[in-house]
Amino acid sequence: MATLSRLPRSAQATAAHGGQHPPASYYIKRALLYLGMISLSIVFMVPMAWMLSTSLKLQGQVFAHPPIWIPRPIMWYNYVEVLTVAPILRWLGNTCVVTVAATLGTIISASMVGFGFARLRFPGRGALFALLLATMMLPHIVTQIPTFIMFKYLNWHDTFLPLIVPSFFGGGAYNIFLVRQFYLTIPTDFDDAARIDGCSTFRIFWQVMLPLSRPDLATVAIFGFMAHWNDFLAPLIYINSFDKLTVTLGLSRFRGEYGTTAWHLLMAASVVAVIPCIAIFFFAQEHFVQGIQMTGMKG
Amino acid sequence: MTTPGGAVSAGAPLVGRGKRRRSRLAMREARDGYLFIAPWLLGFVLFTAGPMLASAVLALMRYNLFSPPVWVGLANIKKLVSDDIVWLSLWNTAYYTFLSVPLRLIASLVLALLCVQKIRFTAWFRTFFYLPSVTPAVAMAIVWFWILNPDVGLANTVLRAIGLPPSKWIWDPKTSKSTFVLMQMWTAGGNTMVIFLAGLQNIPQSLYEAAQIDGASGWAQFKNVTVPMLSPVILFNLVMGIIGSFQVFTGAFLMTAGGPANSTLFSVLYMYRLAFEQFEMGYASAFAWLLFLVILVFTLLQLRMSESWVYYEGG
Repeated sequence: MATLSRLPRSAQATAAHGGQHPPASYYIKRALLYLGMISLSIVFMVPMAWMLSTSLKLQGQVFAHPPIWIPRPIMWYNYVEVLTVAPILRWLGNTCVVTVAATLGTIISASMVGFGFARLRFPGRGALFALLLATMMLPHIVTQIPTFIMFKYLNWHDTFLPLIVPSFFGGGAYNIFLVRQFYLTIPTDFDDAARIDGCSTFRIFWQVMLPLSRPDLATVAIFGFMAHWNDFLAPLIYINSFDKLTVTLGLSRFRGEYGTTAWHLLMAASVVAVIPCIAIFFFAQEHFVQGIQMTGMKG
Repeated sequence: MTTPGGAVSAGAPLVGRGKRRRSRLAMREARDGYLFIAPWLLGFVLFTAGPMLASAVLALMRYNLFSPPVWVGLANIKKLVSDDIVWLSLWNTAYYTFLSVPLRLIASLVLALLCVQKIRFTAWFRTFFYLPSVTPAVAMAIVWFWILNPDVGLANTVLRAIGLPPSKWIWDPKTSKSTFVLMQMWTAGGNTMVIFLAGLQNIPQSLYEAAQIDGASGWAQFKNVTVPMLSPVILFNLVMGIIGSFQVFTGAFLMTAGGPANSTLFSVLYMYRLAFEQFEMGYASAFAWLLFLVILVFTLLQLRMSESWVYYEGG
């Protein structure tokens, strides 16, 4: 079953009651619990279901009253139409380039820095790590304007570079923290054995540590993917050309043009932007909770 | 979180203890250490410390990107103090933050507690609650804009169907901020929930068993076991929630453009306009610093207050 995570499930409730039938209040409680969970799930899924449903309607059905949930006929053609009226495939391609490159930068640099903080001793390590953690709490707004001006002087405006290059410099405090926590769990015997064999630090990192940390790097990759795919503010500030828009930015421009008239097309475009995220999520969901658990968040 | 530092200075005494070989190894290890953290160190200088310093200097200048910057001293700061929109945007942001963060924390904790109940399909329920958090905020803003439409939107259709008066949602200054609060519970609640879930799973089952033997009720167990054991995670979500909420932007930018009557003009939205629409880089930097200091004060306040209610194991 494709589900969020595989958590150890405790003994089934029925087992706890041995062979006897549990009291009626037990069944009522459970029924209420299921009812609550199902209604909450509906509340959480309705907006997405509505988006999908609207994206498959005839324009005339969009404003139908009472609302139509299952469109008839199902207008798959809306998706063809939306791809012809806006360069959505192009925008998706742009987003892919940015996301893949930035995620790669995140993985490479976060694993290096995480390794350094976890496995190597150097003067000032504690202070620098505290500084790293402190930057997690730093609001980005204060650095945005000078960074914008710096990229302007580098002539990087209206290119993907401002969206990609910063990821190669550490990949974010949270990711470094995540990787470091993982490396701390690997016994030092591994490095010691390799060192005695005359391995350089870089080879220990590359040939011993990296292969061991593959699942953890997958977590970092997924966090990186989501963050860059969903990013809006950075593309908004840096990208202007219509053919260089990322899919989130393109979607907002598209809405400016079609927002009040063609809701079915706008919803189709939204579905196209959302689907890769949901696909990746289902594909790799155990890494999410694992990654969050990995940080421990304990005392 | 782990205490930074820990066994950090352990490397230092090795150096200069007389053993040449040992110290040479330690030197090499230190060199490699700096090399490995170099990307972050460089990034810190280039994208954090440098820009912060530059921002502080810019705050004392007038600069529109096209003509050279002019030193204006404290003029921007004087202007900030007398700019009503600045204070209105801070008020809007604070209002939004102090309503949305506690509500989201409570709702996410309830969701997380529901998800650890011993019932079937919890993994599916978790997925449903979490899914909105991983979808692009732009797409979510667009679909909400459509659902909240006062005349033809789904939200009012449902309200009318169950006999409640329709609302104007984001189109009425009286309800616009609360509507954003509701929406963020839906879009970000799952994220907070997953962090709570991870925390709940770290609580040893034996504590609950001991409480049950002592005859503690469900509520007593929650109050005396779950909350104290979860308190570091609550603090983490609280601090990150406040920092994130103070920077709320995308929804208001796309859905209301700050309206109606500036009721959803949040600080970062106003800063965006100053910097990237009016190109008042100096004034916008001064405003960014003001917002930064406001966030910093609230964060430090939270951390200070947390000493009395956060329980650290073994601490």
